[in-house]
Amino acid sequence: MNAILKTIFAKHQDRPGALLPILHDLQHALGYVPDDAGPLIAKELNLSRAEVHGVITYYHHFRRTPPDRHVVQVCCAEACQANGSEALAAHAAKHMRNGEVDVEPVYCLGLCSIGPNIQIDETELHAQVTLSKFDALMQELGDGK
Amino acid sequence: MNDLDYGTPAVDSTREVTLNIDGVSVSVPAGTSLMRAAVKAGVMIPKLCATDSLAPFGSCRLCLVEIEGRRGYPSSCTTPAEAGMTVRTQTPKLAELRRNVMELYISDHPLDCLTCAASGDCELQSTAAQVGLREVRYGMHGANHFVAARKDISTPYFIHNPAKCIVCNRCVRACEEQQGTFALTISGRGFASRVTAGQGESFMESDCVSCGACVNACPTAALIEKSAVKLGSAERDVITTCAYCGVGCGFKAEMKGTQVVRMTPWKDGKANEGHACVKGRFAWGYATHKDRITRPMIRAKTSDPWREVSWDEAFAYAAKEFRRIQQKHGRNAVGALVSSRCTNEEDYLVQKLVRAAFGNNNVDTCARVCHAPTGYGLGQTLGTSAGTQTFKSVEKSDVILLIGSNPSEGHPVVGSRLKRSVRAGAKLIVIDPREIDMVTAPHARATHHLKLRPGTNVAMLSALAHVIVTEGLLNEQFIAERCEKQAFDDWREFAARPANAPEAMEAVTGVPAADVRAAARLYATGGNAAIFYGLGVTEHSQGSTAVIAVANLAMATGNVGREGVGVNPLRGQNNVQGSCDMGGFPDIYPGYRHVSDSATRELFEKAWSVSLQPDPGLRIPNMLEAALDGSFKGLYCQGEDPAQSDPNTQHVQAALAAMECVVVQDLFLNETAKYAHVFLPGASFLEKDGTFTNGERRISRVRKVMPPLAGKADWEVTLGLAAALGYPMHYEHPSQIMDEIAHLTPTFAGVNYDKLEQMGSVQWPCNDKKPQGTPLMHVDAFVRGKGRFFNTQYVPTDEKVTPRFPLLLTTGRILSQYNVGAQTRRTENVQFYGEDVLEIHPHDAEERGIRDGDWVGIQSRAGDTVLRATVTERVQPGVVYTTFHFPESGANVITTDNSDWATNCPEYKVTAVQLVKVEQPSAWQMRNAREDKEQKKLLAGAKR
Repeated sequence: MNAILKTIFAKHQDRPGALLPILHDLQHALGYVPDDAGPLIAKELNLSRAEVHGVITYYHHFRRTPPDRHVVQVCCAEACQANGSEALAAHAAKHMRNGEVDVEPVYCLGLCSIGPNIQIDETELHAQVTLSKFDALMQELGDGK
Repeated sequence: MNDLDYGTPAVDSTREVTLNIDGVSVSVPAGTSLMRAAVKAGVMIPKLCATDSLAPFGSCRLCLVEIEGRRGYPSSCTTPAEAGMTVRTQTPKLAELRRNVMELYISDHPLDCLTCAASGDCELQSTAAQVGLREVRYGMHGANHFVAARKDISTPYFIHNPAKCIVCNRCVRACEEQQGTFALTISGRGFASRVTAGQGESFMESDCVSCGACVNACPTAALIEKSAVKLGSAERDVITTCAYCGVGCGFKAEMKGTQVVRMTPWKDGKANEGHACVKGRFAWGYATHKDRITRPMIRAKTSDPWREVSWDEAFAYAAKEFRRIQQKHGRNAVGALVSSRCTNEEDYLVQKLVRAAFGNNNVDTCARVCHAPTGYGLGQTLGTSAGTQTFKSVEKSDVILLIGSNPSEGHPVVGSRLKRSVRAGAKLIVIDPREIDMVTAPHARATHHLKLRPGTNVAMLSALAHVIVTEGLLNEQFIAERCEKQAFDDWREFAARPANAPEAMEAVTGVPAADVRAAARLYATGGNAAIFYGLGVTEHSQGSTAVIAVANLAMATGNVGREGVGVNPLRGQNNVQGSCDMGGFPDIYPGYRHVSDSATRELFEKAWSVSLQPDPGLRIPNMLEAALDGSFKGLYCQGEDPAQSDPNTQHVQAALAAMECVVVQDLFLNETAKYAHVFLPGASFLEKDGTFTNGERRISRVRKVMPPLAGKADWEVTLGLAAALGYPMHYEHPSQIMDEIAHLTPTFAGVNYDKLEQMGSVQWPCNDKKPQGTPLMHVDAFVRGKGRFFNTQYVPTDEKVTPRFPLLLTTGRILSQYNVGAQTRRTENVQFYGEDVLEIHPHDAEERGIRDGDWVGIQSRAGDTVLRATVTERVQPGVVYTTFHFPESGANVITTDNSDWATNCPEYKVTAVQLVKVEQPSAWQMRNAREDKEQKKLLAGAKR
């Protein structure tokens, strides 16, 4: 982690308000923000450990533990809700498997006209996800591992 | 016991605006909040997240008001008053809004007011009453934070009970704005928002320094003192002054009968303005510790058991011994040490006793071993042996040069002030061998850290001067108007010499020349530049030279005589400034007038009806030398512990053992008392009236809140001894002693207890010319007339690293312990720091096979001792560091008797040492432990 952080710090050197960009980069690299990173980030940015902790815990996006193999984010913002994302989320929750698939809510993926939407592993976006389409996607995930 | 809370801080503006609040016309400085303006108009607007020690926050939504011509309900704490505004704070709509908000708060608060420790002192309770809350329609059964909440009782002095928390953020903001530690945060968001220490750990594990600012700020019982929980609410409060460091914080002793419930920082105390540290705020339990000795005791030999006697018998015995010694060995065979912890009045009496009753000038103070070089250096250059500013003045600084001082440990409230200035934009230069907290404090990182080798301050300061002189950064106009020309010309030529260039000094200081040049340029050109320094400057063989070099820098750049600049020595003990001012030196009378000055001497001779000696007496080290020679046999030691605090312990112990009558006046049987023949019980600061003078020359009242445990205050003890010596002095109250001091001392002429009552405190000089005192010195001219430069040739200390002693040991302090630790070791502060440790750099540790926590033997040419190692990069390679708070550590067994050339101030900060890994304590430590046990046995037999 120290080597990764060093690279990230170098990238954001002298950037005002670098805390959030650093946290994003770290989570992108490791999948989460380990508690051990707190003191190092605090020292680098001349903040206190508590301040860094406050920011990490404020944003649901930042994970403090390693994620499962796959993270499925179901949009629960208004437009998707109007298109049935509540039912989708309830259905998705049944697919949660420890260590394999984690399902979590997300608030708006920017595709409001073609919801309900999901995002897999923060890379693939899928629109107009019906329950059966969801099952098919999960099947693919399971096959691909 | 709360003072009036204006809700938001005062605003410093010369422009006034007039507005109308609830029909009352009120004028306030522009920028003042509506909330504060309302208080001035006699209207208390309900509030929870606002308090006048913190910047407005606007989160609690209770202080809403209506402003004519504006829409909505703005929060009065965040809305500045404007000219012509018409504000309504009480309307039916506002009342409804406030009640609704309050209802939400209370729906998530346990309703156990009757058994709550904050009952009667709870802002949530009083605000609920203020807004007329009568029902909670949501019931108490919804989601809440109090059922599962767990108390954090990890720190010794206060509890954190999240059940009672309303997440107003005041604690978090107090930790940030007042203290500057940033140990707290709000974790989570929305309903999950909670006050959290560190990264979700306990307060004790977090960066919390237990200053108590969060506890002060808390409007409920979420953060509350354990003592208040245990004892209940106070009946009265008494304003007094802290007896720890030289910052001199004002406190309110909150009392129940003669029992202290808690000490809370006094908002109107000018040194601290409502802030405090863990020592003053919480560590007062020593005052009633079971180790307090409350009966006078005597013994013929130090190997005899102590015998409790009456006061009169103790006085008579001591007096008889002193007179016997004087008859046999001469008038000069006895002397006294004035305490830097006692009051001005008490210090004055001891030096009076020495000069008038002993008939010599053998009186000295522990300033000898700390800030004597400050007295000398600033006296020579500027004309006054004291700091030039108020602490508050640093708010106007653009650059702060901190050298040889670790204020966040040693002077925490000043440390917090400095950090606040740095956060507000001031640039900080730290000159210190260690990476002290000030170097990397959150949001207050130092611009430069010149990590010099111990013992090279003068080289560093001369190099800074070189840059200022040779790069054209002098303030020529200031120098021409304010300083002696010839001395300046000499100095300018000296400073410009190539030998003083940062490049030439690099080999000496170990600091890259470019860094030194950059720091010098910043100091000279960055605007208002203030210098703060401490014992890291004075406790060297060239301590006085370094103080002079500091004053040279300030004069050369014109940084003296206005707000935001100046030279600020941080004095170690509560009244070390006062003990010096009161003539606690062998060569000066009160007010720094030399004993050889016949006009002054006649003044005192007349007032005291005795003839006085014109020759200076012995300094502490001279007394000790003379004791070993056999010419000094009797010592009256008031509130000082040279056997622990002075360098080369074995030398001090031998000298004390050679004396025939050692009289110790102290709260506890200290290390020196092990060599004493007479023990006179002292009184804590809670047990007497008097005054302390802090490092900014501020004279503040100390007020008695409980009767002396031993029946006499320290001043009364000195009176008893003086009477037994045949020189009775007559005072009914310390105020009369102060009247005598004022009568005889021009700088104190205007000081009296009535004025102190009225003004709260006053900074000397205070006389006819300056009846309100002198916050800022040397404004139009220096006290000595023209400021004087002196050349500061760097002379390396004799204490050099050699193959035999290849490392340099330097010493310092830690936040939770104070000086020799006699007080703080007898409080729960030992939970923070229970033993002195040796800091060592990983390289040096590895070379010697030393791991973290190992026992390490430290040898110097003076002696050896054993401490536990802490491996850390805080120190540089080649340098080791320890503190001296615990007698069993024997830190001063290693320090040598090298001392400052001008004042004999010991060179505590540089000792060449070698380290070896060991398995057992040193021979000295084992002997000391044995003797400690024996002496405790001799004490146990004393009880009648």
